[in-house]
Amino acid sequence: MDFSTFLIQLLNSFQYGLLLFLVASGLTLIFGIMGIINLAHGSFYMMGAYMAFSLTALSGNLLVAIIVGVALSVLIGFLLEWALFSRLYKRDHLDQVLLTYGLILIFEELRSLLVGDDVHGVPIPELLSASIQLSETLSYPVYRLFMSAVCILLAIVMYWLIRHTRLGMMIRAGSSNREMVQALGINIDLIYRIVFGLGVTLAAFAGMLAAPVSSVYPGMGNQVLIICFVVVVIGGVGSVWGALVAALLIGLADTFGKVIAPDYAGLAVYVLMAAVLLWRPEGIFRRI
Amino acid sequence: MEQGFNRRRFLLSTAGIAGGLALPAAPVFAQGAKKIRVGLMLPYTGTYASLGTAITNGFKLAVDEGGGKLGGREIEYFTVDDESDAAKAPENANKLIKRDNVDVLVGTVHSGVALAMARVARETNTLLIVPNAGADEITGPLCAPNIFRTSFSAWQPSYAMGQVMADRKHKNVVTLAWKYSFGEQSVAGFKEAFEKAGGKVVKEMYLPFPNVEFQPYLTEIAALKPDAVFVFFSGGGAVKFVRDYAAAGLRSSIPLYGPGFVTDGTLEGQGEAAEGMLTTLHYADNLDLPKSKSFKAAYFKAFKMQPDVFAVQGYDAAQLFAAGLAQVNGDVGKRADMIKAMETATIDSPRGAFTLSKAHNPVQDIYLRKVEGKENKFVSVAAKALADPARGCRM
Repeated sequence: MDFSTFLIQLLNSFQYGLLLFLVASGLTLIFGIMGIINLAHGSFYMMGAYMAFSLTALSGNLLVAIIVGVALSVLIGFLLEWALFSRLYKRDHLDQVLLTYGLILIFEELRSLLVGDDVHGVPIPELLSASIQLSETLSYPVYRLFMSAVCILLAIVMYWLIRHTRLGMMIRAGSSNREMVQALGINIDLIYRIVFGLGVTLAAFAGMLAAPVSSVYPGMGNQVLIICFVVVVIGGVGSVWGALVAALLIGLADTFGKVIAPDYAGLAVYVLMAAVLLWRPEGIFRRI
Repeated sequence: MEQGFNRRRFLLSTAGIAGGLALPAAPVFAQGAKKIRVGLMLPYTGTYASLGTAITNGFKLAVDEGGGKLGGREIEYFTVDDESDAAKAPENANKLIKRDNVDVLVGTVHSGVALAMARVARETNTLLIVPNAGADEITGPLCAPNIFRTSFSAWQPSYAMGQVMADRKHKNVVTLAWKYSFGEQSVAGFKEAFEKAGGKVVKEMYLPFPNVEFQPYLTEIAALKPDAVFVFFSGGGAVKFVRDYAAAGLRSSIPLYGPGFVTDGTLEGQGEAAEGMLTTLHYADNLDLPKSKSFKAAYFKAFKMQPDVFAVQGYDAAQLFAAGLAQVNGDVGKRADMIKAMETATIDSPRGAFTLSKAHNPVQDIYLRKVEGKENKFVSVAAKALADPARGCRM
């Protein structure tokens, strides 16, 4: 591998890692702050991608699709929290797994009924459809770079939200002691609803953003679910910062695993996870 | 209380009488010409649901064209959704064989499930017709007198592509596929023909199924600069790969080839990115054959949609079974004669007539097709009457 190829592979891994972070950040929030094991997280990602597909087909514009899609996702997040998840906080993990697994099946069936089982593509917006020549044969789509920029921006916004705002303070407090926060007169139910809505929206947004490059197909959510849990476990449950570092590490392991040891490419990520867990059983970063 | 009890007793006794009356009637009803019991074990939910439906439609169309009968006998269908779940396959197959007592088992799409079905069929000596799954083993090591296939083996389209790419003067080729048996068998078939014709596979790359993060491989391909790339993916993976390949700017400098699955049922999603791509398969969307045209018209009339290669394979499964039944006048008890007739039948398929190899796999023409405006259009015959080598089959 020459140096320029190496640099391009670095770019690949960075870009993949950032997208992973975007999907997994919602999971780490819901898992870390609310203590809910949400197996349906991948379904929210799929929901986002299908929204991007159908809303782009309706409106002809990905940006409009994303704005409407985000609004819908917030609404769906709030509704699900109110109707189902708010009943789970006091129950054990087994009940949570049961409910969220059921949700996977329901979301898949709804997808099948509403949109069908065909594979679809979402067109890349005109403005971002160019590509940059990297080597004499390879060029890089601008849209992929745009995705990375959006992911970085969102990481900064989330960091600011959780570290430097009043809401963030309440969220952090709520995750360490629910009862005490409630005793101090903060509406913890509302905080949880917001966190859950945020988690769902992040996953759906990741799906919408990725739809033009990933295409839209049945079962796409299950593919990201497992890797998202790996991100959360490596990064440390509930740590957004940890999720970012973990996602970037996984991007590196996956990309270079595929290049250096293609026969064992599937293993690279899990070897990384095992190594991190031996070194730090609670993940790289512990809390938010 | 007393009254209610009486009423309940009254209801119970009348129900008993009604039931008693109904009972003797049942055998009389069943004593007419016994129906042929056809077990359809196909995916009706999940990723392959549309394929399962197309196969079922094709099968039923062939039966309906024969007046709802095969070999002069009425048909009764028993359906099981196999969910493309290999773990449930033996149980599902046994449900149809033991509970429903089917005369023939038809299925399925997913190779893992079909391999399990082939094993059950061997154990129970049930007649099995595979209308899609391409695992080489089904008509290889697992071949049996009672196991037939009306689709293809993984080896066939890829082997034909090896010859095509050598003819097109490509010398150094990189292959890329998912690392599971169908992907590996496709690459092996391609490599066999391509290297025999003097080409060289520079690098075989695999990624874990169903991973779709292709960017590292595209970078690798750009660095290796081969003359061409041979690729196998299907469904969502095929859509994403073809789009990524075009977006990476590789399409103009390094042509992309593959077996037909890369561009079948995926063109809507691939859009412009697939335009002009060459693939090989035993079917093309615009075959200039009378049978293909009449089939398309009949299928459209019955189901209000265009048939695909899966519908053709389902249709041919019924035709093959009909050929066997016709020989024995619908008496499935004469198994040996029936199988003999099926083995020697010439199936007038919408893909072009085919016969069966010794291992019961179609000996068929493989077509070179070109993607033009959301259709896989016929270009030429890539391999005439290509027979799978049936390695490991002792029959």
